[in-house]
Amino acid sequence: MPTYWKVRPYVLTGGRTRTRQHLLVHTLVSVPYYDAVFASGLLPETRFLYEQARRTRSVAELSAVCGMSLGVTRVVVDDLAATDRLRVHSDQYASPFDYRLLERLRDGLRQLV
Amino acid sequence: MASGSLSDNPLLTSAKVVIAGGFGVGKTTCVRSISEIPPINTEAWMTAASEPVDRLDPGIDKTTTTVAMDFGRLTIDQDLVLYLFGTPGQPRFWPMWDDLCRGAVGALVLADTRHLEGSFPAVNYFEHDIDLPFVVCVNLFDGVLTHPLDDVRAALALSADVPLTACDARDPASVARALLVAVEHTMARTGGRAALASDPRQSHQWRQHA
Ligand SMILES: Nc1nc2c(ncn2[C@@H]2O[C@H](COP(=O)(O)OP(=O)(O)OP(=O)(O)O)[C@@H](O)[C@H]2O)c(=O)[nH]1
Ligand SMILES: [Mg+2]
Repeated sequence: MPTYWKVRPYVLTGGRTRTRQHLLVHTLVSVPYYDAVFASGLLPETRFLYEQARRTRSVAELSAVCGMSLGVTRVVVDDLAATDRLRVHSDQYASPFDYRLLERLRDGLRQLV
Repeated sequence: MASGSLSDNPLLTSAKVVIAGGFGVGKTTCVRSISEIPPINTEAWMTAASEPVDRLDPGIDKTTTTVAMDFGRLTIDQDLVLYLFGTPGQPRFWPMWDDLCRGAVGALVLADTRHLEGSFPAVNYFEHDIDLPFVVCVNLFDGVLTHPLDDVRAALALSADVPLTACDARDPASVARALLVAVEHTMARTGGRAALASDPRQSHQWRQHA
């Protein structure tokens, strides 16, 4: 079981709660190339997140496996992404209402019905 | 079920459907039955992200609270995964709902005919507070529809353009069908194309059990 921070969670982020880009709960994140030396220089919480992201995961999944709040997870992800240490998967569609995306979801779900 | 890990395809992208509804209506069951990973239940520390930083100081309890949310995942294709997010039931977590709904394809509001009023707040929320296409789905706890869907529609005061369907939350195919209704509704609402034919057939099929 991950432990949940009950005190001062934003210390890790230097009090920041905002991010440069919008990170949705389902936004996918991965490590483009893992760098063990870089990892060893990180704060333990940040290092754990970096390591967990070696497998592609959503922001919400990272929050859960790291036992970090969504808000803190977003800031940590954003910081690592700013130096290209993390890849934030960009949306391949203009919006969640993109017709091609909806068609693909529809077709995928039909396979399961 | 498919493997637990996602592929390392850099082009992998994700979409999301939100599953809402009152307390104990079957949200987690729904996610569990169709997800390829066990539903992840996490206590996310809810923060009002638009609040000024000083008000987010965790010393001030009013702006931070611990809520549980759960989510599951469904691989649609090599480069596309669908996440299902169950909302925390209690209305006081609505800022969390806003966060969960941002960027969603649509929402499925579950209802239990034994206490329909449990889903009133969720219906209200999607009708008035957010611009996201939603459908309402009766969870058939005993596998049969105990009330005609028209009666449910009347009791929920659902407008005619909100699809109403039914599912068995424990049955993956049935949950997939409900999600399909949601995706098709979003297509109809946002794509400017004619609604697809599955909704009427769906309600007929269930009505026979009534
Ligand atoms: N018989 C039957 N039981 C169900 C069905 N769906 C859910 N249940 C049961 O109803 C209870 C509540 O279901 P959950 O899936 O936990 O509901 P929930 O909406 O996630 O509940 P909260 O998160 O507490 O609001 C559980 O004991 C489930 O096993 C169903 O279709 N049939
Ligand atoms: Mg639940």
